[in-house]
Amino acid sequence: MRWLWIDRFIEFERGRKAVAVKNVSIVEEEIDDYTPGFPIMPASLIIEGMAQTAGLLIGETGGFQDRVVLAKIGKAVFHRLALPGDQLRYTAVVEDMRRDGSIAHVTSHIGDELHAEVELMFAFLPQDERFPSGPLFEPVDFLAMVRAFGLYDVAKTESGEPASPPESYLQFERAAEAQYPTGPLER
Amino acid sequence: MPTKDEVFQKVRAALVDALGVDDEEVTPQATMVGDLGAESIDFLDIVFKLEKSFGIEIPRKELSPEDILTNAEFVQDGKLTSAGLAELKRRMPFVDFASFEANPQIRDFSNLLTVGALCRYIEQKLGIA
Repeated sequence: MRWLWIDRFIEFERGRKAVAVKNVSIVEEEIDDYTPGFPIMPASLIIEGMAQTAGLLIGETGGFQDRVVLAKIGKAVFHRLALPGDQLRYTAVVEDMRRDGSIAHVTSHIGDELHAEVELMFAFLPQDERFPSGPLFEPVDFLAMVRAFGLYDVAKTESGEPASPPESYLQFERAAEAQYPTGPLER
Repeated sequence: MPTKDEVFQKVRAALVDALGVDDEEVTPQATMVGDLGAESIDFLDIVFKLEKSFGIEIPRKELSPEDILTNAEFVQDGKLTSAGLAELKRRMPFVDFASFEANPQIRDFSNLLTVGALCRYIEQKLGIA
């Protein structure tokens, strides 16, 4: 199982706002097993999906060059349970962006109903002796993941133009495709 | 223009919200790191809340002058030199250096920022005498 807690982006405005959906299915192990006999999606994993929505929004602003990590959950309020068959719609809005971190407010809606709201703080890991050096993700895998989320199907720049993956990531992708022309990257 | 008491009340509300501490713990003497348990990421949260609450801008360097603490000219054997201490005092006039300056170890710097110092910083920003 991969640690992917959103299914698809449906809106993405660089540096401002992203909307992603997560379909809750009874076939998912964590939903079937979390509270046996009463299948619900655990709140912790809902927050993870909200953080992935906001974290990718924040990371994309800097061309995915910053090492963005969820550092603090300032507030989390859940108004109802998420049940199999529900579609959760996460809307992340950047509230503050600084050199060393960023704050996002994220809501989850089920239909028109407000399901949950969280305030998330992200840190940009500095390149110093406290943390391992290098990127958090392997570039080719990372790009495959954000493409799978449909991020670049909907992403727009600040001026409303379609956004593309950063050139540095595309270079890694092209090199991998040249090495494995019919491999897993074929779309 | 808010009064000094109103500044304190707003600072306290921001700290209670950001750090999950009780109202009574937030006294002017309480240190942000040692007493209230603030970690580096909390300062991002606190600064954001204070900026919104007071309608001011708080540049990172004003509350966290890391450039002084990492400058070889100002630091020797883990201690601030007299030039370093003078520069720190100039940059952070809202901080009480009385006990720190006898033995200005870098590792003790994080406990210089008290709730009272934070209030004085905001009062200076707002021009409250």
